[in-house]
Amino acid sequence: MGDKKINKPRRIIIREEYCMGCRLCEVWCIVAHSKSKDIIKAYKGQEPRPVSGIYFEERGAISFTLQCRHCEDAPCLEACLTGAMYRDKKTGMVLHNKDKCVGCWMCIMACPYGVIKPDFKEKKVASKCDLCIEREFPACVEHCPNEAIILVNKKGERIDKE
Amino acid sequence: MAIPKKLREFDVVRDDEKCIRCEVCCRMCANDVHSYDAETDKVSADSAKCVGCHFCEDVCPTEALVIKRNKSQIKRNANWKNDALGNIIKQANTGGVVLIGMGNDRPIRDYFGHIVLNASQVTNPSIDPLREPMELKTFIGSKPDRIELVEKKSKIKNTTEIPPQLELETPVLFTAMSFGSISLNACKSLAKAACDFGTYWNTGEGGLHKDLYPYAHRCIVQVASGRFGVDREYLKKGAAIEIKIGQGAKPGIGGHLPGEKVSAEISSTRMIPEGTDALSPAPHHDIYSIEDLRQLIFALKEATDYKKPVGVKIAAVHNVAPIASGIVRAGADFVVIDGIRGGTGAAPQIIRDNVGIPIELAVAAVDQRLREEGIRHRASLIAAGGIKSSGDVVKAVALGADAVYIGTAALVALGCHLCQRCYTGKCNWGIATQDPYLTKRLNPEIGAKRAYNLLRGWSLEIKEMLGGMGINAIESLRGNKEQLRGVGLHEKELELLGIKHAGEAW
Ligand code: SF4
Ligand code: SF4
Ligand code: SF4
Ligand code: SF4
Repeated sequence: MGDKKINKPRRIIIREEYCMGCRLCEVWCIVAHSKSKDIIKAYKGQEPRPVSGIYFEERGAISFTLQCRHCEDAPCLEACLTGAMYRDKKTGMVLHNKDKCVGCWMCIMACPYGVIKPDFKEKKVASKCDLCIEREFPACVEHCPNEAIILVNKKGERIDKE
Repeated sequence: MAIPKKLREFDVVRDDEKCIRCEVCCRMCANDVHSYDAETDKVSADSAKCVGCHFCEDVCPTEALVIKRNKSQIKRNANWKNDALGNIIKQANTGGVVLIGMGNDRPIRDYFGHIVLNASQVTNPSIDPLREPMELKTFIGSKPDRIELVEKKSKIKNTTEIPPQLELETPVLFTAMSFGSISLNACKSLAKAACDFGTYWNTGEGGLHKDLYPYAHRCIVQVASGRFGVDREYLKKGAAIEIKIGQGAKPGIGGHLPGEKVSAEISSTRMIPEGTDALSPAPHHDIYSIEDLRQLIFALKEATDYKKPVGVKIAAVHNVAPIASGIVRAGADFVVIDGIRGGTGAAPQIIRDNVGIPIELAVAAVDQRLREEGIRHRASLIAAGGIKSSGDVVKAVALGADAVYIGTAALVALGCHLCQRCYTGKCNWGIATQDPYLTKRLNPEIGAKRAYNLLRGWSLEIKEMLGGMGINAIESLRGNKEQLRGVGLHEKELELLGIKHAGEAW
């Protein structure tokens, strides 16, 4: 799994019927967004541990994870005053630039899926799924043991890890 | 008094250096072994509850966990082993029958392990299956007594009437495992793999769930003593019908699916009221003789217009050969023999471990008997119970079987680690459970792929072994005992198996 930056649109599809509620997707999201990319260091090392871009919902036997949907008409983009939230031209993904973020949290108010996590300490946006733009394959999809989250291309065809 | 609860079977060993406190193990173990304490920031395990299913070991993202067998350190004793002691403690606690799942785990002689195969050297050429055609196609069904040819205007026409047949791309089928004993996702996995590969799966006595209708054309529908889920549509939907008399794991014993497991889905599939115990009587109450069996066979043939093979499954017991002969004479198109190592979802351990005979001896005896009586062609023979590898398949066929059923091997492909606790309904792998929290762990897309891979891998290996023997069709291996030799077997055992000892030439 090289660190090849991806340049094509892609989308994560959630299949709640297969989510077994292990939350391994969150673990690997954290690792993928850590400096070291090493699971032990990410959790036990010095660096502040990143926050996962995933929301996990569970009631009884039903569970699923939710990441940013990278909406075509993204309300968070409209709401953002500083342009910290922006759309990547090549991939169409909605990304967040922490440097520009002033912590007004308008995006959090606007997101209909509630998938932007606030950072109360730094008063910024703490995390939002960036579809692992740095990786060929999103970490959560790669590590979901039950293929409860899968990756599709623009046409909706499944992309499997090579 | 201090009451001994049970002998601890496993130690859950956690490498604290590696453990990142993700709590995946805590969430995933249905036996509530792991727990996280926020106060001490430690994950700990109650090893006494661990059944050794290895699920946590596999999902732990840092490989911090190892499940180890813990032989509680009782004084060494050649007669009194942990198993015996453990069961007595259990029974002193409960006063009940000790239940168990999966197949016999006692070291009953594995004859397959004492048989070796032949290969061609110099005097007859071996065949490279990658370069030359190699046929594994197998037909299950009654074969005609003779070929009838008619000459008409100097053209020869074959007028032989061929009874209905199942066409298999490989001599391996998935054995009877009911929806109820295993989850619907497990059924779907095997059903889809069977359809994709071109073999068959079996409903067991659980009826045919409507979600499995798309796979019904490659399904053998079972008619067992409880007659669950049996109606005209069920019989018509299947590709073949199997009358289940017995099962290798529990010969002479019926079945019992407790009411708690009879959910709405299971109740509608089995056609019994929700929440009631599904009891399969030990015998079929309308079968007390070969003549009675014949009536049922023909009733089923009548109901399906003589278009489908009807077979009979029995457990391998002492009298297996004459019983099989009776079954063939009663009109069965195939006979299934299930040996003492056959699996189950639940059986009294004392029965599982002590009743029945090994499949190798049973198949050889049945094949021999049917040949002697000149009726071997009238029915196909399927061997079941303890087929662990493609080598076992080849040996079973050479001992006289047409094909084999696999159950345990298929479940292992789906994740099963043989913890033998199927009867608890807490299978962490989502196989032997109806708990929706657990069943969704088995994604049938992945399951089907894995079961398919198993069939594919074994088939490739079977071709390699056949090629080595210089045989290019599995048909030519059936009952070809010259390809087998025993190693370390007694004269009587060799005689019963019908094979020579290693070192003896043709
Ligand atoms: S890794 Fe997959 S199965 Fe586990 S919680 Fe995430 S989506 Fe669900
Ligand atoms: S953050 Fe919310 S609104 Fe913005 S693109 Fe993602 S899902 Fe849509
Ligand atoms: S799954 Fe592994 S790393 Fe996570 S808490 Fe359990 S032992 Fe620790
Ligand atoms: S029962 Fe299975 S999942 Fe639970 S601790 Fe033991 S091996 Fe792990």
